[in-house]
Amino acid sequence: MPEPKKILILGATSAIAERWARLRATRGDRLLLVGRDPGKLSIVADDLRARGATEVLVAESDLADTDGAPQRFASFLERLGGVDVALVAYGVLGNQADAQADTDRLEQGLRTNFLSAAIWCELVAGALETAGAGTLVAISSVAGDRGRRSNYAYGAAKAGLSVYLDGLAHRFAGTPVTVVAVKPGFVDTPMTAHVQKGGPLWATPERVAEDIERAIAKRRPVVYTPWFWWGVMLIIRNLPRMIFNRMNI
Amino acid sequence: MTARDDDRLLSWGRVHRGRHRVAGPAWPQDVAFAAAASSEGAGTTLARGLGRSYGDTCLNIGGGLVAMTGLDRAIAFDRTSGILRADAGMSLDAVLRLAVPAGWFLPVTPGTKFVTLGGAVANDVHGKNHHAVGCIGRHVRRFAIWRSDRGVVECGPDTETELFKATIGGLGLTGILLWVEISLIRIASSSMTVENERFDTLDGFFRLAEASADWPYTVAWVDTLSTGDRLGRGVFSRGRHADAGSLEAHGSGGPAVPVDAPGVLLNRWTVGAFNRLYYAKPGSAYRGAQHYDGFFYPLDRLGNWNRLYGRRGFYQWQGLVPPSAAKPAVHALLDRIARSGEASFLAVLKNFGDMASPGPMSFPMAGTTLALDFPNRGDRTLALLGDLDQIVAETGGRLYPAKDGRLPVAMFRSGYPAWTDLERLRDPMLMSSFWRRMTQSE
Repeated sequence: MPEPKKILILGATSAIAERWARLRATRGDRLLLVGRDPGKLSIVADDLRARGATEVLVAESDLADTDGAPQRFASFLERLGGVDVALVAYGVLGNQADAQADTDRLEQGLRTNFLSAAIWCELVAGALETAGAGTLVAISSVAGDRGRRSNYAYGAAKAGLSVYLDGLAHRFAGTPVTVVAVKPGFVDTPMTAHVQKGGPLWATPERVAEDIERAIAKRRPVVYTPWFWWGVMLIIRNLPRMIFNRMNI
Repeated sequence: MTARDDDRLLSWGRVHRGRHRVAGPAWPQDVAFAAAASSEGAGTTLARGLGRSYGDTCLNIGGGLVAMTGLDRAIAFDRTSGILRADAGMSLDAVLRLAVPAGWFLPVTPGTKFVTLGGAVANDVHGKNHHAVGCIGRHVRRFAIWRSDRGVVECGPDTETELFKATIGGLGLTGILLWVEISLIRIASSSMTVENERFDTLDGFFRLAEASADWPYTVAWVDTLSTGDRLGRGVFSRGRHADAGSLEAHGSGGPAVPVDAPGVLLNRWTVGAFNRLYYAKPGSAYRGAQHYDGFFYPLDRLGNWNRLYGRRGFYQWQGLVPPSAAKPAVHALLDRIARSGEASFLAVLKNFGDMASPGPMSFPMAGTTLALDFPNRGDRTLALLGDLDQIVAETGGRLYPAKDGRLPVAMFRSGYPAWTDLERLRDPMLMSSFWRRMTQSE
């Protein structure tokens, strides 16, 4: 067994985070799971223990709310005894029509998906800088690569997060600290339960979790998952506006 | 919890088609909502795992389905006692991944690891060790079901005994299985000690089966296209967990069949050629070590292998004849198949033991079982299967409900007299296409 790593997961009840945590539990790592719902956290923690995690701690915390974030973050680190890999995984897909009709909903989405996520990422970055090593992984989205009428509120928040992570990766270039921005395409999770699934574009959260694991090992600053989204988004980003405007996406 | 309509869900044989209203809970506490949402309209629903049942037991066409695979978490695993409690939607694949490195193995496993614990209990699955340890139902300690009329009910040999027994092999009709607690068995190695041996007649199979009674795992493959004095030739395989070695869980699956193959791919000539090669290949006389994955789950190597049968799908048929009639009956079955010219790509022969399952609806009992796959060629195939039914019925044997999706009502009712008890204990909200067919036709 390799030395257990200290894993901090912000948004540990998200489907992608949970699948990735299973990979880590199987390796015998120590995990601190942070999330809003203590019942769900405890269900996930039991599963990770059964899969072989050395220790699983849970912390109930509403991450979209950043009041006292530095103190709360310090308490996470204290309980875990430092951090080797942190995953920032929470987010809300929201509904574009709601965001357009209701500025409170719009603000809430931006706050959760961008503002709070950037703050937690910055706190993780600070801890990794002090430690001189470690990895920050955050779940962004292909939706952040170009604004589209069907979900630009969500997309803009993820675009902001992607740029933030880009900046962090730049800041830590040439150091032992790694920053990974994960850009999943369509993932079959409870977040997308209302959408008709199937077809080659849909990936399982297990697949995304494996891609995250590989990206960490290879120290990739940006990973599209599954990989073909890199090509899809390259095309979509470069489509001339005349053509793009005619597409209903 | 929202439900959505899905007209692409099939069972493994891909013969039955229709629309379902599907809800997939992500958390155990959502099961009641999922049942309500999916049953909206038709009024009925059914828990579904990985859909490996071949026929219509895992379908509820026109009604609802609760997709259970999102509930795939372990609840507690005691590495000292080997007792595992896990969500009913956890696959045997996942169980092995957490159990094998700790030196534990499934007490009973079917020929694929891509079934859920819930499905394994609901069909009371058996494996190559039936003659030694019986069905999986004998190794289930407790479980919880959700019923529309009672909520969550915990069942065990000493609590809710009637529901406990009826749920084992109860085809998912007594309630939605939430979690299952099973006793795993100790292993010292992930390797198996295996002996394969050819037999050139059916008598050879029965001789080898008798001589291998002290091997925990035995099974045989038969060449259903051989005739005359070669009728019933095949390869007998026996194995046991190795006494020492490393404990390594299996890797990820291999390639998958990406599209429906042309329906003519598996015909008597291609299958005949395959059978001759399979019989002749050196592995058919192999003695030595083999990883458990290759020993128990050779078909799992090829994802979606059911698509090889093309768009019309295929029928699996599994019958069981009692020991006294076994030799002549199996001979008659093989003779009928050989004369039909229909090719069964996979033909599996095994002797069951006499260890009774707690479940009155469980398929296995002492005797010999033969499992076959036939491409769906409509009436021709159905006529052949009807003849095979007849041979089994005359011996007082029975068929496996999880398999073919055309099991005749009369044969089911005579083979499973306890069906009326199951109907009495059925959750009024739960229904399957199979159960509708068995209970609502005259």
